[in-house]
Amino acid sequence: MQYMGSIEESSYSHQTKVDNLGKSLAAIVGLGMIKVGMHWSKSIRELAVEAGLKALDDAGNPDVDAVYVSNMASGLFCDQENLADLIADYLALTPAPAVKIEAACASGGVALTQAVAAVASGVYDTILLVGVEKMSELVSTEVTNAIACCLDAEYEKFYGVTFQAANALLMRMYMEKYRVKREAFGEFVSLMHQNATKNPYAQLRFPVTVEQYLNSPVIADPIRLLDCAPVGDGAAALVITSTKKAKKVVDNPVFIKGIGQATDTISIKDRVDPLFLRSVSKAAETAFQMAGCSIEDVDVVELHDSFPFVAFMAMEALGLAERGKAYKLLENGDIKPGGKLPINLSGGLKARGHPIGATGVYQAAELSLQLIGEAGSLQADSPAKALMVSIGGVASNAAVIVLERGD
Amino acid sequence: MKPAREVGIVGWGAYVPQLRVKVEEIADMWGKPKERVKASIRILEKSVPSMDEDTATMAVEAAQYAIQRAGIDPSLLGAVFIGTESKPYAVKPTSTIVAEAIGATPRVLAADFEFACKAGTEAVQCCMALVSSGMINYGMAVGVDTAQGAPGDDLEFSAAAGSAAIILGSGAESAAIITASVSYVTDTPDFWRRPFEPYPRHAEAFTGGPAYFHHIVSAAKLLMDEIGSTPKDYDHVIFHQPNGRFPAKAGSILGFRKEQMQYGLVVDKIGNTYSASSLIGLCNVLDHASPGERVLLVSYGSGAGSDAFDIIITELIEEKKRFAPLVSELIGRRRCISYAVYGKHRGKFILPSDKGG
Amino acid sequence: MSSAPRYWREIPYRYRLEASLCERCGSKFYPPRIICPNCKSREMKRIRLPKRGTLVSYSVVYFPPKGFELQTPYVVGLVEIDGVKVVGQITDVLPSELKIGMELEACFRKVRVNGKSGIIQYGIKFRKPEKRDADESYVPIGVR
Repeated sequence: MQYMGSIEESSYSHQTKVDNLGKSLAAIVGLGMIKVGMHWSKSIRELAVEAGLKALDDAGNPDVDAVYVSNMASGLFCDQENLADLIADYLALTPAPAVKIEAACASGGVALTQAVAAVASGVYDTILLVGVEKMSELVSTEVTNAIACCLDAEYEKFYGVTFQAANALLMRMYMEKYRVKREAFGEFVSLMHQNATKNPYAQLRFPVTVEQYLNSPVIADPIRLLDCAPVGDGAAALVITSTKKAKKVVDNPVFIKGIGQATDTISIKDRVDPLFLRSVSKAAETAFQMAGCSIEDVDVVELHDSFPFVAFMAMEALGLAERGKAYKLLENGDIKPGGKLPINLSGGLKARGHPIGATGVYQAAELSLQLIGEAGSLQADSPAKALMVSIGGVASNAAVIVLERGD
Repeated sequence: MKPAREVGIVGWGAYVPQLRVKVEEIADMWGKPKERVKASIRILEKSVPSMDEDTATMAVEAAQYAIQRAGIDPSLLGAVFIGTESKPYAVKPTSTIVAEAIGATPRVLAADFEFACKAGTEAVQCCMALVSSGMINYGMAVGVDTAQGAPGDDLEFSAAAGSAAIILGSGAESAAIITASVSYVTDTPDFWRRPFEPYPRHAEAFTGGPAYFHHIVSAAKLLMDEIGSTPKDYDHVIFHQPNGRFPAKAGSILGFRKEQMQYGLVVDKIGNTYSASSLIGLCNVLDHASPGERVLLVSYGSGAGSDAFDIIITELIEEKKRFAPLVSELIGRRRCISYAVYGKHRGKFILPSDKGG
Repeated sequence: MSSAPRYWREIPYRYRLEASLCERCGSKFYPPRIICPNCKSREMKRIRLPKRGTLVSYSVVYFPPKGFELQTPYVVGLVEIDGVKVVGQITDVLPSELKIGMELEACFRKVRVNGKSGIIQYGIKFRKPEKRDADESYVPIGVR
């Protein structure tokens, strides 16, 4: 929590307005997760309440000033809007203010930035953030339809363009331009599944070989089944409190040092340079600027790998690799457990699962466990700084958050 | 019968979908002798629409080619008429969809015509009247159908899909002058489809003598009598072509030679395109015609009637040909599909109604 | 997707590829925009894109959303027309024929149908341009 000094001038025109650069903005003092999977016997409210109560218990049940809910499509998946009120109600937290935050697959990350901003501003002392998505109520074509709602409804989805297909357009361009072989994506998938075998909250806790990846069914060419995150239900929750209060609530808070969010055109068709994830790059720039550090200082990362090539492009946007060269991070073993910068020790979206609106909250919860040294068999070697990258749409929205161990 | 002011064809365009089903394939399906079927109807294969094609989309294709050849801004069209018996909607004009898609809206008269297979040529007549009266400068008539034959019925071998658009305008701008036109109509129930029925019915052999041949021959004779022409005056003749045999026989009854029918007959490669049938034949003739040549066009629509047209090619024909694909090119661009795929495209299976069929 | 007004209001763009041209900086946008993201000008002029374009990327969809089941598999693509990119279906093509950089032309097709009684929704798709190599040797068998 010390002042890190001045930040270099950035070309980024929307510089952070936070004037206490390098200081902690807020702290995570409690977390709760539910194993991602097909929870046939649980409704969206049960999933959310279960995760919310776990987080509250973990924090020692402090007073909650507001409930933030991150969710993408409860209306489409469950016919349930006014979701934040429902969850606040069933958590016995009314009349606390409650709001749902939606930013497609980045809902979790964006909701966390909003909750942190609210706490940092002093408006609220303590916020319960619940990320939840219940996808298993619908059959597959309806799920595909619901997910595709994050695209341009009238000029992409109208023509039968699915989320997978929109990503496939980009993946083909990436493969063509940088001559990246399918095997490289297979290596990433294999690593994610390997990591997930150790994650008790992961949906797909089994290994996958590169061979299996290469032979999996085509979903939207060149995207195959094993490129995709699974469909699943999940809920994760965080108790976020002010930096000042954090240590009074728990002994081992995790501090949020920087938050960044940025957008890009909703459709890749309008991007001058579609193979560069501008949203991720800008959000990271803001977050690091606020945190007064850089990617070099990070020890562990949870990265939004909706598809392996998206993970590659995100790593490149973060400056971890040159453009088109992210596969080298796999070749070198840099991102494996025990490597220079372990990425997605949880198994990532690919294998932990991707209950859309909850995913960003899982990332923050998993990184918090890493920072407080309670990640069990996933545990990295005493990380001090962690980074989460939450991406929505076809990287049309991104939230990047820097977390720090509270010694 | 003769227009008050000289009227002609300022643009023409045909469209044939790329998919084909071979007559043999259909014969195999129903255990019929392939060679005998082919010889009897003189059709090798028929054109069928892709899953995303219907009367409206095929009309737009032909209309756009006709506009390219006419070289006019589509907003100058004073009329857009769609002649078809396979409207996408039972109630809602197809002509508005087409007019909107080509950019002819909103100052335009739009209407759908139905008269079995002659709805396209009667739309031509109406455009002639509007142009020659001076009410409009340009009018477009489209004959288009995605014809349906009941599974196993004789019509299934021939019922095809295609479209042809003719833009009528002043004689001075025309690639072909239509000097006269006449219609010959009686109440002859040879082919019909009742509301809510998916497939038409027909009176088998009755569709020949008293229906097709009587009306075609009568209309042709009526026109030639009234304007004082004879079959030998024509370089090209086009008849409605439900199969390869009927038009050939009509030609011989009237005294036309095979060479006069060379370009007017396209049925063997694409089947019976109903409202588009004789007009695609006309387009193929225009694709090959030279200035000064004379053309006789006789359509036929069940129910029944024929429209006959006397057409003289002008000097403008050559320069217009290259602005759109020729009928021969459209016929050459083909991909054969199985009866099963055809059945899927045409909704011959019982399909769930909520899955985008 | 069954709303008639929702379909109707997009007709100029979906039927005729109407786009907007920024009169200040010359950028073009499809569908039209009210404000130019490049120069923030609001002086936008309505234009119509040409029919011909090139294929930038494509995908073959085997797992469709609801409403597209019977079209599966179908091809979607990113097509560049006159500097503007458009997302849409590529029709009348086999996946094996697809090649990045290939020339395509816009055509008017049925996009989806709302059940047995709903509206039929049309729009622009793309296809290989009509070939111009006529089969002149073709003689109808009717006159052989």
